[in-house]
Amino acid sequence: MTIGLEHYLTVAAALFVIGIFGIFLNRKNVIIILMSVELMLLSVNINLVAFSAFLGDLTGQVFTLFILTVAAAEAAIGLAILVCFFRNRGTIAVEDINVMKG
Amino acid sequence: MSMGVFTFYLFAVSLVTGGLLTVTAKNPVHSVLWLILAFLSAAGLFVLVGAEFVAMLLIIVYVGAVAVLFLFVVMMLDIDFAALKAEMARYMPLAGLIGVVLLMQLVLAFGPWTFSEGVDARLGNPIPPLAEAHNTQALGMIIYDQYLLLFQLSGLILLVAMIGAIVLTLRHRADVKRQDVIAQMMRDPKKAMELKDVKPGQGL
Repeated sequence: MTIGLEHYLTVAAALFVIGIFGIFLNRKNVIIILMSVELMLLSVNINLVAFSAFLGDLTGQVFTLFILTVAAAEAAIGLAILVCFFRNRGTIAVEDINVMKG
Repeated sequence: MSMGVFTFYLFAVSLVTGGLLTVTAKNPVHSVLWLILAFLSAAGLFVLVGAEFVAMLLIIVYVGAVAVLFLFVVMMLDIDFAALKAEMARYMPLAGLIGVVLLMQLVLAFGPWTFSEGVDARLGNPIPPLAEAHNTQALGMIIYDQYLLLFQLSGLILLVAMIGAIVLTLRHRADVKRQDVIAQMMRDPKKAMELKDVKPGQGL
């Protein structure tokens, strides 16, 4: 028995679904939602690296690098907005974020 | 079961477990710690498949920066997480349903497929043999050559993110005493002290 591409794709798919599951499960907690987004980006990275390795093409790993960059930037900005929001409103519950609602 | 297969299943199981416990843990600090476990297992999977550079990058960027950032924010904000978690059971059926449906869709998509004919001849950047260049070296040859512009742009993204994060979280607090450098440097020693001639028995 050898580990093929399908095994990696299965793990990545499971992780992606866990990320979406987490977003719906923690609908009030922005911090956990951000973590779920990170999990989903990680699963995309696993897909890219697995395809890159099993195809023998390095381009996938280059794109993994860029996704990593965007994920880091997104986490930094997201958490900064969160801290800013908490200072102004004293809460991070998602349903309290409704000032811009028409 | 060979060593490679065993290691794959070890990392895969710890990755999925870490992910699941990240989204279901009661305490957000535990959530972050499980997230770190998931990142580390993913790095293990990357090493297993031969992408050492990306694996080390994952550990440095995700575990070293992103997860610690999450940990800081979770610990700094004074939030009643129990109240946020209280209604988790209510969302469980909907979340489970959506998860199962999506998983089935992904299985349908990933199930029957093959690499097309002659794909080896159409590779953009074939992985060089290990004797010629190892993973990091080969990646560097591509990034600094073919993808130089994208590489610079990703640096720009990080710069914008850094400036944005600083601008968002910076605040000027009025109740803190600060050093006024100009006032210190422009001060006149002659005005610093005043001599008073105090008469005996009178005082000032």
